[in-house]
Amino acid sequence: MSHLHLPTPISKKFFTPGVIVLSVIALNGIIFLLGRFFFGIGSVTNLNDQFPWGIWIGLDVAAGVALAAGGFTTAALGHIMHRDKYETVIRPALLTAMLGYTFVATGVFVDIGRWYYIWHPLVMWNGNSALFEVGICVMIYVSVLYIEFLPIVTERFIDKVNLPGFLSRFNKIIDRLLRALDRGLSKTMFVFIIAGVVLSCLHQSSLGTLMIIAGPKMHPLWQTPILPLLFLLSAFSVGFPMVIAESLSASRSFGLKPETEVLSSLSKFIAPLLGIYLIGKLGDMVIRETFVYLAEINSISIMFGIEIIIGVIVPLRMFLSPEVRKSPTGLFIASMLVIFGVVMNRFNNFVTAYNPPYAVESYFPSFGEISVTLGFVAIEILMYRLFVMIFPVISIPSTKANIKTKYAIRGVAK
Amino acid sequence: MSQNRRDFLKTIAVIGASGTALSTVTPKKIKAAPENIISNERKGVLVDTTVCIGCRKCEWACKGAHDIEQGNYEDYQNDKSFETNRRPSAKSLTVVNQYFTEETPATIKLQCMHCDHPACVSACIVGAFTKVENGSVIWDTNKCIGCRYCMVACPFQVPSFEYEKALDPKIAKCDFCYERTKVGKLPACIEICPVEAMTYGKREDLILEAKRRIKNYPDRYYDHIFGEYEVGGTSWLYIAQKDLVSSVFPKLGNNPAPGVSESIQHGLFAYFVPPIAVYALLGGIMWLSKDRETKKENK
Ligand code: SF4
Ligand code: SF4
Ligand code: SF4
Repeated sequence: MSHLHLPTPISKKFFTPGVIVLSVIALNGIIFLLGRFFFGIGSVTNLNDQFPWGIWIGLDVAAGVALAAGGFTTAALGHIMHRDKYETVIRPALLTAMLGYTFVATGVFVDIGRWYYIWHPLVMWNGNSALFEVGICVMIYVSVLYIEFLPIVTERFIDKVNLPGFLSRFNKIIDRLLRALDRGLSKTMFVFIIAGVVLSCLHQSSLGTLMIIAGPKMHPLWQTPILPLLFLLSAFSVGFPMVIAESLSASRSFGLKPETEVLSSLSKFIAPLLGIYLIGKLGDMVIRETFVYLAEINSISIMFGIEIIIGVIVPLRMFLSPEVRKSPTGLFIASMLVIFGVVMNRFNNFVTAYNPPYAVESYFPSFGEISVTLGFVAIEILMYRLFVMIFPVISIPSTKANIKTKYAIRGVAK
Repeated sequence: MSQNRRDFLKTIAVIGASGTALSTVTPKKIKAAPENIISNERKGVLVDTTVCIGCRKCEWACKGAHDIEQGNYEDYQNDKSFETNRRPSAKSLTVVNQYFTEETPATIKLQCMHCDHPACVSACIVGAFTKVENGSVIWDTNKCIGCRYCMVACPFQVPSFEYEKALDPKIAKCDFCYERTKVGKLPACIEICPVEAMTYGKREDLILEAKRRIKNYPDRYYDHIFGEYEVGGTSWLYIAQKDLVSSVFPKLGNNPAPGVSESIQHGLFAYFVPPIAVYALLGGIMWLSKDRETKKENK
């Protein structure tokens, strides 16, 4: 490696105008959240017996899980296939995945009516239920993500434990514990890394199985037995765009130079992945002859069109172009389109396509629902900012040589 | 590094071995999880909608049997409620609606159909729904986490949720009066019906009876028993003067609702082999590519 990049905590002021705006959005969301816990789901949402699931499941959970795919796709590329040049993006992706899944779990927590029973699936198993599979995999995967993040914590605090006052007598002990943890983790980390990838593949696809049981309630443009495969393929293709968009926004927000070289070589994978997804999607359409539904122009076919054209075909074309792949702006726009496409797809699968037999009026999310969803996004961004300021996540150019090589999660180690 | 690689191989071997062991020892158990019980003795109800007079006594009795606020019996005797197309809910597990208003009006009682292969049972994340051997599909409050996946799954859009409750919101639906039938009583709605629009009995016998009625009175009935084959069969069966599909019931196939999703689910997890195979494959790739890197370094 010619250039040395070293993951380092970012030292910048936490509060900026952007952060204050985000805090307001977050606060607004929290107020509605409290309403949900004190006065019931019905008081905040537009959900009813016809539409049991709204954007809290369709966006917070389903889209959230998909957008956290950067974690496992980069882990597969960097750690499993050992493409070392991508190591600089692994840590940010890992952090996004960790925060993302934490919010997915929180999303489930606020959506279920009996949140105090959220632990039930751990002991009450129904192997026939796709939701059970998603639930269990996500629970295990969240734990795996936290374990994968631990080495970053030990790295931050080894030799730096400095408790104030009389607590300082514990400094040595804690340091020794951290070192032991660090040693143990670097020996076993590969188990968790592979497990993380396997678990991701499983629940990304099971997320697609979820709506299959709704049968004819779901519009044929989306209802297909290959939904699990389509969900998995779309998760694959949104992983790197997420990493790119996030890396570019972070470097912009912290005034760093964008790592265009790494990102543009990462972006080479996106077009083929999107292509495979598109083939699956269109092939399925041809086989099931669902294109007939596109002839009638209504909100359903328009939503489908937006999802496919703006969210898949346009970015696919953009990622094929070397100019786009070399320019940070091009990369950012194309990546955002893929992200938009996947968010649309999850929203369409869970909300647009769902048409119950006795619907009297259609579902549109309430102000409260939207507030909570936006609040979650805001809190997640704020947490990300906080984490990269405390922990060595983002790689910045470094003059320091002599970095100890480590097998597992370490950033640039050569 | 070499230390790591040896550990790594060992772990892979152990995981692989335990996977194979698991798949040879426990295949039945994994697959057999909550099989639905369908005995030939299971009970059902034949609803003859041509007999129903729309008195809504069944609604009243059902509430009484389930500790739901009943209100005055007299208040049921008006046609106001027929103006809207109501659905069963937590406040009324069964409702009587009026259909074909331009021609001869018919009144039809609706409630959970007690499917033979219920989507709700298959879907419920914690297994709170059960199909019991007498045909009832019942629900266990103490397990439910309120995720409402059962509502997404049910093809008849039956389960209802208490959205207005902050604590202990319940899923509600007709339970086929399980507590009553267990002790030999008739379901409350059937017991009270003044014109015997509903017949309770062995599902097999009810189908024969329905066929007999259709054959003997071809002018009175449309030739279809709703629920005989729909979504794999339901415990509640309907005969009517008109085709009930699309005016009263959604158009559904004859395949059990959970069929596709369960086979996908079992395919993905067949004896845990696919996940373990993926694990081993990734492990192999990881190990081999590591090797390549170190070789490069050594050169
Ligand atoms: S009608 Fe719906 S709630 Fe009733 S048994 Fe069938 S799937 Fe379950
Ligand atoms: S709402 Fe309750 S009964 Fe329905 S699927 Fe969820 S846990 Fe099961
Ligand atoms: S069977 Fe029982 S629970 Fe179901 S509608 Fe009749 S009275 Fe109500």
